[in-house]
Amino acid sequence: MTDRAGVFARILELIEPLNPKKVPLTENTSFAGDMEMDSLTVMDLVASMEDEWDIMIPLNMLPDLETIGQVADAVAGLVAKKG
Amino acid sequence: MPNLPVTDLLAKYDPLIAEHAGLLSTGIRDPFGIVMDKVLSPTEAIIKGQHTILLGTYNYMGMTFDPDVIASGQAAIRDFGAGTTGSRVLNGTYQTHKECEDALKDFYGMSHAMVFSTGYQANLGMVSTLAGKGDFIILDADSHASIYDGCKMSNADIVRFRHNDAADLEKRLKRLPAEAGKLVVLEGVYSMLGDVAPLPELVAIAKAHGCMVLVDEAHGMGFFGEHGRGVYEEQGVADDVDFVVGTFSKSVGTVGGFCVSNHPKFEILRLVCRPYTFTASLPPAVVASAATSIRKLMTAHAKRDRLWEATRRLHGGLKSRGFKLATDTPESAIVSVLMPDQETTALMWSTLINLGVYVNMSRPPATPAGVFLLRCSICALHSNEQIDIVLGKFEQAAQMVNLALHEPA
Repeated sequence: MTDRAGVFARILELIEPLNPKKVPLTENTSFAGDMEMDSLTVMDLVASMEDEWDIMIPLNMLPDLETIGQVADAVAGLVAKKG
Repeated sequence: MPNLPVTDLLAKYDPLIAEHAGLLSTGIRDPFGIVMDKVLSPTEAIIKGQHTILLGTYNYMGMTFDPDVIASGQAAIRDFGAGTTGSRVLNGTYQTHKECEDALKDFYGMSHAMVFSTGYQANLGMVSTLAGKGDFIILDADSHASIYDGCKMSNADIVRFRHNDAADLEKRLKRLPAEAGKLVVLEGVYSMLGDVAPLPELVAIAKAHGCMVLVDEAHGMGFFGEHGRGVYEEQGVADDVDFVVGTFSKSVGTVGGFCVSNHPKFEILRLVCRPYTFTASLPPAVVASAATSIRKLMTAHAKRDRLWEATRRLHGGLKSRGFKLATDTPESAIVSVLMPDQETTALMWSTLINLGVYVNMSRPPATPAGVFLLRCSICALHSNEQIDIVLGKFEQAAQMVNLALHEPA
């Protein structure tokens, strides 16, 4: 399942172990602000998403990916581009 | 019209200010505010009136007080003045800078050498200049901040692979377009845990995927390999490494950074590498000291042996006392003690400094996520007596802060 909804659901599963404070996860939840994730954790999370979908998410894209919804859009786009 | 109220740009650092204040309110010394009143030798200083053994200086080969190194610096400041007041590409290249680059070329057996004002700038400049828009930089997750910053400054796409993991590197390289320019950035020794990279595996994969390879040997220069060139020499991959970056602020014993290479077009970098071009060159005394030190390091076999001996003594001694170490065997001249959390690390560090032992306290983001360290770096001039004193102080400090030690295996 690689549609946008499926991607979003799987991203939530990948984030869950990195969310010890159980911050509610929505489209608009931000990694740095709401979840207080440090940059190293974010980079590790990105690596797990790259492997999940066999895509490449360059680190230089990260400043534009602040929320879970933005990441889901980016991943869905990269997966679609891969074909 | 009245002025608008100013938005305090430093307000974003309030959480860090509060955290640091909280740490100090427990009565410990500031780990990031040490002042050395006097430096007695590469291994000893006076700090707050107390005689202190230095075990966190990266002064691996003890060259800071070498009489020949000091004499070269003194002669250069006398003959060439205190500073160059200029860029390397304008008025800032003196005979001393040329001699320093010649010493590097001889030390590394390479045809080109470029000296930067710091090691940070060497990585910043090389990484950001080699890879441009449409290129890829592939870096180890545990890379030094200067490499990450070089990536940020480049217009390349940045891909990060799991620390020292050849299979992960290969997986990520396979996702990249075959025809794109690719730079793989590695370090010989990783400075936080003191672990060494498996360069033959990593470099072979990089080459198989058409990448150029840059290796940072900041913590390997002087005592790895037959000529002391670094881990890449010791592991036999010199022919496949395109660029070696290093620093003068560790084994060489002064300050500055460099890149050496056999690439035929290397010299053009002097004109396009902004952290090289748009800053003042190193003072003559610094490059003259460095040149003398580099030439002495070429043949410093006895010192290299002594450094490894002292390192094994410290590593083995800490291990047998039940401290948890980042590497099972001493892989480099960095011995990192793994600590449970920030509070215990700070308390243990503070206790050690009060007992007259200086080590580095390291925490994220300098360390990998969740890792707290007391990092020791050894000097060839540390005597066995000094190492034994340090071991005793570590044991004493652990008792004082109730740090749980492990039954040695």
